[in-house]
Amino acid sequence: MAFLNRNPQLNQHGELQHLLTIEGLGAGMLRHILDTAQSFVSVSEREVKKVPLLRGKSIFNLFFEPSTRTRTTFEIAAKRLSADVFNLNISASSQSKGETVLDTVDNLAAMQADMFIVRHAQSGAAHFIARHVSPHIHVVNAGDGRHAHPTQGLLDMYTIRHYKKEFHNLSVAIVGDVLHSRVARSQIHALTTLGVPEVRVIAPKTLLPAQVERMGVQVYHDMSQGLKDVDVVIMLRLQNERMRGALLPSAQEYFKSYGLTQDKLSLARPDAIVMHPGPMNRGVEIDSDVADGSQSVILPQVTFGIAVRMAVMSILAGN
Amino acid sequence: MQLPDAEKLAQTMAQQLEPYLNANSALVGIHTGGVWLAERIHALLGRKIPLGTLDVSFYRDDFSRSGLHAEVAPSDIPFDVTGRDIILVDDVLYTGRSVRAAMNELFDYGRPASIILAVLVDRGGRELPIASQVTGVVLVLAPDQNIQLNRDQEGRLALSLHQTTA
Repeated sequence: MAFLNRNPQLNQHGELQHLLTIEGLGAGMLRHILDTAQSFVSVSEREVKKVPLLRGKSIFNLFFEPSTRTRTTFEIAAKRLSADVFNLNISASSQSKGETVLDTVDNLAAMQADMFIVRHAQSGAAHFIARHVSPHIHVVNAGDGRHAHPTQGLLDMYTIRHYKKEFHNLSVAIVGDVLHSRVARSQIHALTTLGVPEVRVIAPKTLLPAQVERMGVQVYHDMSQGLKDVDVVIMLRLQNERMRGALLPSAQEYFKSYGLTQDKLSLARPDAIVMHPGPMNRGVEIDSDVADGSQSVILPQVTFGIAVRMAVMSILAGN
Repeated sequence: MQLPDAEKLAQTMAQQLEPYLNANSALVGIHTGGVWLAERIHALLGRKIPLGTLDVSFYRDDFSRSGLHAEVAPSDIPFDVTGRDIILVDDVLYTGRSVRAAMNELFDYGRPASIILAVLVDRGGRELPIASQVTGVVLVLAPDQNIQLNRDQEGRLALSLHQTTA
């Protein structure tokens, strides 16, 4: 039963067939994606920002959960590769009529789809679809529940490499709601795979998954200790709905302990960069002075995200 | 087979290129061998001519068969292509498909006034109506032979011939 142990993202030649999670991908594969993305960054700086690579391919954005930025950057990336892109806001159509996910996917496959970009509130949704589709169709996970958001993790790695050049001498702190964050999980897998020697998570106990240390991170509950001398600060979005539960007292209390201010940032290395996957809650997890400050690379992250998604789509489509 | 000296060929090419040069000229090498050759010719010409590089991976016509190449390098065209007289430089001219891809990519940077092609080796076997204006040497090779340009640590260029198995 060897096929049960096979990485479901890889085809029989060991090439990337789907991108579902960063977990289990080697450093060589991650570097290849980042290197390819670098070539696409230069495409984005030209007069004609398109290449003909995916001409005639149909890419479907299947968003079962609302998203603006991720969906838009996937759409821009697909268009810059000359693919035809179709955006389906499924939460508002088929599902309300009672169609199952697999029926939706089958219908789109019958419309000659070549690639699905899947966002779903349930962990494992992209895996589920990838197992179901015929072999010529590629699936990209654009965020599934609390599980993974691999293209976000990759664009964060691209951003870090762009500013810090190498991974092997870095100290990176991830701050905030790690418990509910698929972004944090993808970042941690990517950082440890690429050889970052020190990955810290900083959060209250209520916002950390049990045994998070086993992912190869150091746990801090105090910002001033956790941020000391780090090269990269990654802030996570605090979802407002968490406030309503018993996990946190209030947004103001949270900001006092875990919000990133210029004062707290001064504990990190003077050349530290500040990242955030967006959308930001100003005044909750990050102060506006920091978000708009000279150490913030939050907007470049968005720009690099297009190139990284172009790289992922073109590598998958070619395999 | 005794292969010609790539360094001497590059010198000959630089001389042949002289009449083509004007104030609007720019050199563009195609990755990887064409970039080395363009850099060498650029140095031999000893003039202030802008130099760019192209990686045609995103414009190849075999993407749907063989996918993306393992190593893609960023293209770098540090000048405005529009109105330029471009000298496109490659190491080996074979089917002509890389040159077609390179021309397509160049036009996405702008509209050049003209393009000429300079190659170190024309090995025959064209599958497209493409010809070089400046040619180092013509060597007619069998389909299972593969000629390639190498650059050693001192930066010297040399040709090598391989038998392909496939």
